[in-house]
Amino acid sequence: MNSGAALSLDQVHVWRGDRHVLRGVSLQLRAGELLQISGPNGTGKTTLLRVMCGLLRPEQGRVSWCGEAITEIREQYQALLAYASHEPALKGDLTALENLRFSVGLKRRVSAGDLTAALACTGVEACADLPARVLSAGQRRRVAMARVLAMRARVWLLDEPFTNLDAAGAELITRLLREHVERGGLGAVVAHHALDGLRRLELQA
Amino acid sequence: MNVGAWQVLSLMLRREMCLYFRRPDQLLQPLVFFLIVTALFPLGLSPQLSLLRDMAPAVLWVAALLSALLSLEGLFKGDAEDGTLEQLALCGQPLGLIVAAKTLSHWLVSGAALVIMSPLVAVALGIPREAFPAMLLSLGLGTLTLSWLGAIGAGLTVGLRRGSVLLSLIVLPLAMPLLIFGAGATDRAISGASAAGPLYFLAALCVLTSTLAPFAATAALRITLE
Amino acid sequence: MWNWFYKLASPPYVYRLAAVLAPWLLGGAALCIGYGLVDGLVFAPPDYQQGDAFRIIYVHAPSAWLSLSAYTLMAVAGGIGLIWRIKIGHAVAAAAAPIGASFTVLALLTGSLWGRPMWGTYWAWDPRLTSELILLFLYVGVMSLRSAFEDPGRGDRAAALLAIVGVINVPIIHYSVQWWNSLHQGATVAKFARPSMPGSMLWPLLSMLLGFMLFFGGVLCLRLRGEVLNRERQSSWVREVVRAS
Repeated sequence: MNSGAALSLDQVHVWRGDRHVLRGVSLQLRAGELLQISGPNGTGKTTLLRVMCGLLRPEQGRVSWCGEAITEIREQYQALLAYASHEPALKGDLTALENLRFSVGLKRRVSAGDLTAALACTGVEACADLPARVLSAGQRRRVAMARVLAMRARVWLLDEPFTNLDAAGAELITRLLREHVERGGLGAVVAHHALDGLRRLELQA
Repeated sequence: MNVGAWQVLSLMLRREMCLYFRRPDQLLQPLVFFLIVTALFPLGLSPQLSLLRDMAPAVLWVAALLSALLSLEGLFKGDAEDGTLEQLALCGQPLGLIVAAKTLSHWLVSGAALVIMSPLVAVALGIPREAFPAMLLSLGLGTLTLSWLGAIGAGLTVGLRRGSVLLSLIVLPLAMPLLIFGAGATDRAISGASAAGPLYFLAALCVLTSTLAPFAATAALRITLE
Repeated sequence: MWNWFYKLASPPYVYRLAAVLAPWLLGGAALCIGYGLVDGLVFAPPDYQQGDAFRIIYVHAPSAWLSLSAYTLMAVAGGIGLIWRIKIGHAVAAAAAPIGASFTVLALLTGSLWGRPMWGTYWAWDPRLTSELILLFLYVGVMSLRSAFEDPGRGDRAAALLAIVGVINVPIIHYSVQWWNSLHQGATVAKFARPSMPGSMLWPLLSMLLGFMLFFGGVLCLRLRGEVLNRERQSSWVREVVRAS
């Protein structure tokens, strides 16, 4: 990808019934740029993230990747994308490793070694063969983060990745975010506490 | 690096089968439901085989429709509740392919299983052996078509709280031609006539829905995922 | 020409246009239905086979015809809203659904009333009435799906998709029911299939058909005004309308 690779939102409006959730949000992200989205509850942080990954089509406005509307290049754009919703999105009946295999495997060809390495990176390699339903909330969050890592995506869209994590876990996520930026990745993170060195977008009620 | 369509299909089929077979009770319940419904009719009507034989195609088909609908409700529901449906929608593969894989695996564990079990019920209802091929073929084609129609309905109702009643409400009217041709084929086979006509109709419906329904179900999911 | 299409997509324009059209459509409907009823019920000769019972055709046939056209209109309008994201399409579809369902109920009621003297029973699983009954189920499905969503935008799109699936299914249902009927029943009195209807019977029927169409259009305009007002209740032009009244 060229260095001008950028995700841009232009005057995005979203209504939910009578509620005008996003009122003309515009922003641009270049390679190596990570945006922190914060704001009180109900101001549309998750909605904005869902708009950015193309799950939600805004009533007005345009979301584009490298100048092309993401609705036009949906599959190509989403192949570059790793989204982590605020629930960990794991199947309780599958093991952590299987969970990763069945979701990362749809994105790119991976070996079991790649996936265990990703799990080791987030400190949950011991849980690889345990069904996800027996894992603690923090462990599940770490498995979800391992999935983001294993996808090797250029765009990270993370919804409150710090929830349920202990101090070490929070530090780990911060380090992973920094490494992602250093690799030239971009993305957006919904988080409440201030993250060092990130541009902030404060959504208002 | 890229993942081809066949790999997506096989990976999704493996995922679905893993999930179904780790919860065998979910797999068996619709089949037991099918047996129970068919047992209700002789109890409510009379055990006379001649009488039952007249009712048999209708009983078989109504029970099959209801039990398939029962399991169709869960087609996207589990994935929507734990958030994996969003992950699947964002995996960079055509959503239609994912929907097709999920629908086909649903048919394998519900429709095909029902077809395999139907001779048991058929014997109990007094359907003669000669009518079995037509009955099995009609049930196979019919349940596959129903799985496709149900995928549209399940996609439309996935996020709704009282989705299960609504699912039956919107899918059953669409499935009435299936009932007519399916029960018609079985009926003709029982009376010794050729069942080819209704079977051709069923096959045509099956081809029609298999080509159009993936698009409709995908569009439905995109609406409810928003 | 294109300008006019663009205007049609604008809610305030549609709101005003519907107000202008409604009285003309309803007036025309009153004239046509008035003539059709008097001529059809009083002056047309009785049928040689069915006697005076056939006269219910003057209500039954137009409502059956409109029940189908309203469903098609609903699917087309919903499709326009779904594909081009034109909100007024969904408003038209939402306004048309209950009217179409009412015509379906009317067709069912008149059909079964006609069945009483003809077959000696109110309901004889006549193929056309059976198709009409399934059409009613389709209407109910679309309307309940629309109202099941809390977010009206998603409800509109879901209902539009279901209406389109239904419209593909309607001919299939129709022919499968006919096939089913030919299998299970001997030929009944061929209902309203009459290749050559004398003019004295035909003219009032055509007039009733036109009248029902105009009536449908008029009621659609009135309901559309309500739909548009409700959907646009947050916008400034609606506040002005409310203030002006």
